[in-house]
Amino acid sequence: MYRAHVLVCGGTGCTSSGSAKIIDRLHEELKKNDLTNEVAVVKTGCHGLCAEGPVMVIYPEAVFYSRVSEEDVPEIVSEHLLKGRIVKRLVYREAVSENGIESLNDTVFYKKQTRIALRNCGVINPESIDEYIGTGGYEALGKVLTTMTPDDVIQTITDSGLRGRGGAGFPTGLKWKFASGNRGNVQKYVCCNADEGDPGAFMDRSVLEGDPHVVLEAMAIAGYAIGADQGYIYVRAEYPIAVERLRIAIGQAREYGLLGKNIFGTDFSFDIDLRLGAGAFVCGEETALMTSIEGNRGEPRPRPPFPAVKGLFQSPTILNNVETWANIPRIILNGPEWFASMGTAKSKGTKVFALGGKINNTGLVEIPMGTTLRTVIEEIGGGIPNGKKFKAAQTGGPSGGCIPAEHFDIPIDYDNLLSIGSMMGSGGLIVMDEDTCMVDIAKFFLQFTVDESCGKCTPCRVGTKRLLEMLEKITDGRATMDDLDKLEELCYYIKENAQCGLGQTAPNPVLSTLRYFRDEYVEHVVNKRCPAGVCKKLVTYKIDPEKCRGCTLCSRNCPVNAINGEAKQPHVIDLAKCIKCGTCIEKCRFDAVYID
Amino acid sequence: MKSLEELKAIRERMQGQVGVRSADSSDTRVVVGMATCGIASGARPVLNTLVSEVNEKKLENVTVTQTGCIGLCQFEPIVEVFEPGQEKVTYIKVNPEKAKEIVEKHLIKGQKVEEYMLHKGAEHKGYADFVKFDEK
Repeated sequence: MYRAHVLVCGGTGCTSSGSAKIIDRLHEELKKNDLTNEVAVVKTGCHGLCAEGPVMVIYPEAVFYSRVSEEDVPEIVSEHLLKGRIVKRLVYREAVSENGIESLNDTVFYKKQTRIALRNCGVINPESIDEYIGTGGYEALGKVLTTMTPDDVIQTITDSGLRGRGGAGFPTGLKWKFASGNRGNVQKYVCCNADEGDPGAFMDRSVLEGDPHVVLEAMAIAGYAIGADQGYIYVRAEYPIAVERLRIAIGQAREYGLLGKNIFGTDFSFDIDLRLGAGAFVCGEETALMTSIEGNRGEPRPRPPFPAVKGLFQSPTILNNVETWANIPRIILNGPEWFASMGTAKSKGTKVFALGGKINNTGLVEIPMGTTLRTVIEEIGGGIPNGKKFKAAQTGGPSGGCIPAEHFDIPIDYDNLLSIGSMMGSGGLIVMDEDTCMVDIAKFFLQFTVDESCGKCTPCRVGTKRLLEMLEKITDGRATMDDLDKLEELCYYIKENAQCGLGQTAPNPVLSTLRYFRDEYVEHVVNKRCPAGVCKKLVTYKIDPEKCRGCTLCSRNCPVNAINGEAKQPHVIDLAKCIKCGTCIEKCRFDAVYID
Repeated sequence: MKSLEELKAIRERMQGQVGVRSADSSDTRVVVGMATCGIASGARPVLNTLVSEVNEKKLENVTVTQTGCIGLCQFEPIVEVFEPGQEKVTYIKVNPEKAKEIVEKHLIKGQKVEEYMLHKGAEHKGYADFVKFDEK
């Protein structure tokens, strides 16, 4: 029996900042102090506060240490674990208040969250099926198999109001119902979409890394509900930690007989296999994903027929996103009313967001539907760094749109986001401040879709390329007002004619920035000016001779030797040589360099 | 896994393990002084006894934790019990046997073990001076 538990994050963020070394050092130091039988070291999944990583939580006190380094470990062991003195300098700054040190759950970052999909992330060891069972794992599967009919299960999910967390928000219960006919007579499949590809999104990765068994359990529940005996998880090979933990989880579940034949002594049999994707964005589209599992080139096909009728290997198939699956066992155990009591009228439960961009608390948060963007950004996210002003937030990645400051107080749910021209998407939330150029942002996302278009249909393959060229024309200062109209027209054409979701939503970043920041486009076109000073062709760097002290710092750091001037004399930038890299602005201590 | 009972057995075995990882303010906290003075006078076996007793008796709402020097080094090992909404109870000169008794009587039956409590320590030399000092 351990008296203390040291939880160290083993998610991708903290692993890359060195958490594995911290764990090794912990074992070493515990041994030195003869504490190995008293203190457990647990490698967990993501705690959410990736910006403060590597993170460590020590229970029973629930003390949250942030930015821990290997060198801090001896102090933590000898002070905290041996003598019970909290190492204050390492405690997460938000948790330190006038009244001393607060526990994790009392900090603003956690207090405003409701963790359902992430309930085990950062709490259990994802490589131990026993720990998952210790928090109630596989009880939902047991309940379903021994006390509920398949139709009961579908009804429960329908009543809960759960909608697909992959982005489009299709009601999960309805999807299952469509695939439920003719149970026992036809081969059916259950698939998990773990091909998370939006720039800035990492929710699914974190769930897989932190709580892989929840996905296995949920897929087995769905298998029982629709009458399938085989499941596939399609996960991208770029998520090595997630893949490894899924492999371990599947192996453990098979060993315990929670996957395989006659689960819990019933007639129900179900197994799951992994399929690794090579990282094509289009393979997150459901028909392309299934084509890829079949072993073919990952290209979408027209719908209907929908996968519920003819999916994987031409058989009825349900495909849900990782986060959707992560909600299922809790709904079964706590009842549909519990789930439906959270959220808004048409969007129930919670949503996980990956916070990124210009925000202090970069990381993973789970909030009840209907929480305002303001709460997410200013409170949970800790606001925008360096006192800059909020300009917009992008949800839904390259398929979504931006939410400008005027909608800062909109309650986040599926329908509200659609009504303002964005979408929920899988949950990437990229925050932009006043230094961001909205045309440049649109260009960034278009660049992404041009790269990722599979090339099967013309509107997407050629259309997105033309869109990108028009945007480049604008940011280069070669466009006319006529081009703006053409840009908009082409956007609608692609939306209506592309074959799959990738093409149909590709123009969204352009349309939504045009909607809210048209004046910025016009400024680029008419006055050949980039108000945020981002578009290189439209800005020139200058030095204010009044402010310049002639310290020569800029000229010494300029990578192309474009800055001339004698020491103690005002310097001048040679515009013909300048590549607009911004080094001089960064280096100048007197604010003498400016963008015109 | 052929039955729900098997699953339940694993859950019960693991609950003490993962149950530690929640910090609920409605929990009773049992705090052991683990500074140099505490450790030197034997606080570690006391702490470990408390942890295993609480787990064995399946006391779900009790958290056993440690703290630094409480300031009464001469009375170590010290165990303090904080129950929500009640004044704290301080036990002094605790050993593993006394710790078992505290769990049995105080934490389970709700009866304070008077003879190990600090105010009984008034008979100890220096206590009156200490209290005077503390009241300043």
